[in-house]
Amino acid sequence: MMDKPTNNRAWFFVLPVLVLVLFSSIVPVMTVVNYSLQDSMGVNNFFWNGDSWFRDLLNPDTEIGARFADALLRTIAFSFTALAVEVPLGIAIALCLPRRGWSVGISLVIMALPMLIPWNVVGTMWQIFARQDIGLFGAALTGIGLPYNVTQGSVSAWVTIVVIDVWHWTPLVILLSYAGLRAIPDAFYQAARIDGASRWAVFVNIELPKLQKVLVIAVLLRFMQTFMIYTEPVVVTGGGPGSATTFLSIDLVKIAIGQVDVGSAAAMSLVYYIIILTACWIFFTVMTQIDRRGDR
Amino acid sequence: MTRIALDGIAHSYVRHPRTDKDYALRPLHHVWEQGMAYALLGPSGCGKTTLLNIISGLIIPSEGRLLFGDRDVTRLPTEQRNIAQVFQFPVIYDTMTVAENLAFPLRNRKMPKALITARVAEIAAMLELTPDLNRRARGLTADAKQKISLGRGLVRSDVSAVLFDEPLTVIDPALKWELRSKLKAVHRALDLLMIYVTHDQTEALTFADRVVVMNEGQAVQIGTPEELFERPDHTFVGYFIGSPGMNFLPARVEGNRAYVGGNTIALGAAYPELTDAVQIGVRPDFTTLTDGPGLTVQVRRIDDFGRKRLAHVTLDGLPLVATVPPGWAGDGSQARVGFDAPHVLVYRNDVRVEGVAA
Repeated sequence: MMDKPTNNRAWFFVLPVLVLVLFSSIVPVMTVVNYSLQDSMGVNNFFWNGDSWFRDLLNPDTEIGARFADALLRTIAFSFTALAVEVPLGIAIALCLPRRGWSVGISLVIMALPMLIPWNVVGTMWQIFARQDIGLFGAALTGIGLPYNVTQGSVSAWVTIVVIDVWHWTPLVILLSYAGLRAIPDAFYQAARIDGASRWAVFVNIELPKLQKVLVIAVLLRFMQTFMIYTEPVVVTGGGPGSATTFLSIDLVKIAIGQVDVGSAAAMSLVYYIIILTACWIFFTVMTQIDRRGDR
Repeated sequence: MTRIALDGIAHSYVRHPRTDKDYALRPLHHVWEQGMAYALLGPSGCGKTTLLNIISGLIIPSEGRLLFGDRDVTRLPTEQRNIAQVFQFPVIYDTMTVAENLAFPLRNRKMPKALITARVAEIAAMLELTPDLNRRARGLTADAKQKISLGRGLVRSDVSAVLFDEPLTVIDPALKWELRSKLKAVHRALDLLMIYVTHDQTEALTFADRVVVMNEGQAVQIGTPEELFERPDHTFVGYFIGSPGMNFLPARVEGNRAYVGGNTIALGAAYPELTDAVQIGVRPDFTTLTDGPGLTVQVRRIDDFGRKRLAHVTLDGLPLVATVPPGWAGDGSQARVGFDAPHVLVYRNDVRVEGVAA
């Protein structure tokens, strides 16, 4: 009964996928691993270097280590700032959207529009928008007397990048939350009215718990995207002023392609990769925990 | 002590209703008395939930006035009406424990802590939720969740009425009986006005003191279970209540005699001359196969239910259901059937006509 038919020809059918994965993932990753363990004295002249790239990278006293630690902190700070604004704002807007009628479609399309614009276009738009001389945003802020200057003020640069990300990606949180809210049966709201619950009590006891699952997904997606942010700061600020908006991805590209410091860059991208993998694993665990608690 | 009065309450989900068909609920006058248990009984889509939601304020009626005692509450929001309602599917607050769920309606109304604890304990004991009081509500079975919903409906002692919207749909049959008798006991203990919506006649007839039978947005009869069974006011009540439903035969009525085809049937009362569509109606319980004198019918089949047997017969081609008495020894395809004259009722255009005692 338990005998499965074995046929080695089956491997043949998996082969194309294996080849694809080999070329798209395994070979590049192993190349990076290879670079991270070797040093070169010139073109294709590599020798074994052990773990010293990693040691340097993770030691904040070295030059590369200090750079990495700064960029990492900056990136984490950016992710948290963006999430702290986008998630509450997204939920708040989703709560305000109409629930039925002709206005639903229009609102959702308007909300979703920013997500349809490619990153580099968003960057270019904001680069112009934020200019003090001809940009509406920059000129307006300067006009009302705020010390705003994207290219020279590090606070201005930071705020601008956060605002761009909020404008570009809060719609994702809105759409997910809206879908979550729509899935709550009317009976819950009716029961809450019968029970005399206040608006706040309805939010805390009905809406937020029912949104938990979509919010975990929203936070996961937004975390991954903000943690690898690259295009907008490169286009708008070029990572500056100084290194104020040089996030991990930007630093990585500078080291790898700007300085052709392949060993450091390889070690850095592997550490970067492990950080993201760990974060995703934590999110995944939290998510499955929520599911399991629901079943018990 | 409040009574709830419906003064011409009607509702339509269409903005400008023109015909009767546009109304989910047609104009209704009725007074719900304090301390009574009512059932709203009718098929799906007959307007029973609409009526319930109007009373609780979840729907504002398009016509008429709703009075709690002497107070006009027609346009008052639910929160200010002092009413409890239990829904068809369990509604629980996921993040709270069972006890917190039960306390929620009281906490929202800023009751003193000691009172809340006492009420929650009392209701939990009634519904046998005491062992689960400190558990999270989200992990419980559908049965237990619905018990929590029932508990939240019953926990407030000051309500004008408790409304139930088919609350036992998700409960498994064995527990259904138990919960229904429990609700009945709670009703006796708390002296509350309860209105219970259901499409299950057994549920309605066993739970309620008074049953409101609804069809197509209209209350066709309001009465005790006996009245609905013995003297249905409308052919719909005859069909809908009792299983199987009432027998109806097109007839011509003269005095205290009804003529069905070539047969004569004695009536319990005398009737004036009736025109339009006249029918006589008699329950299968009062239609008996007999060895004595009676009308000759063709037997099509006999269903044996163990405790009783029912015969499906035809009288001049018209289908009838009759009780087979225990001693009946007939066989073959022919039999005689007798009607219990006082229980043969007369209907004109589906509405019962009151006869004059002969």
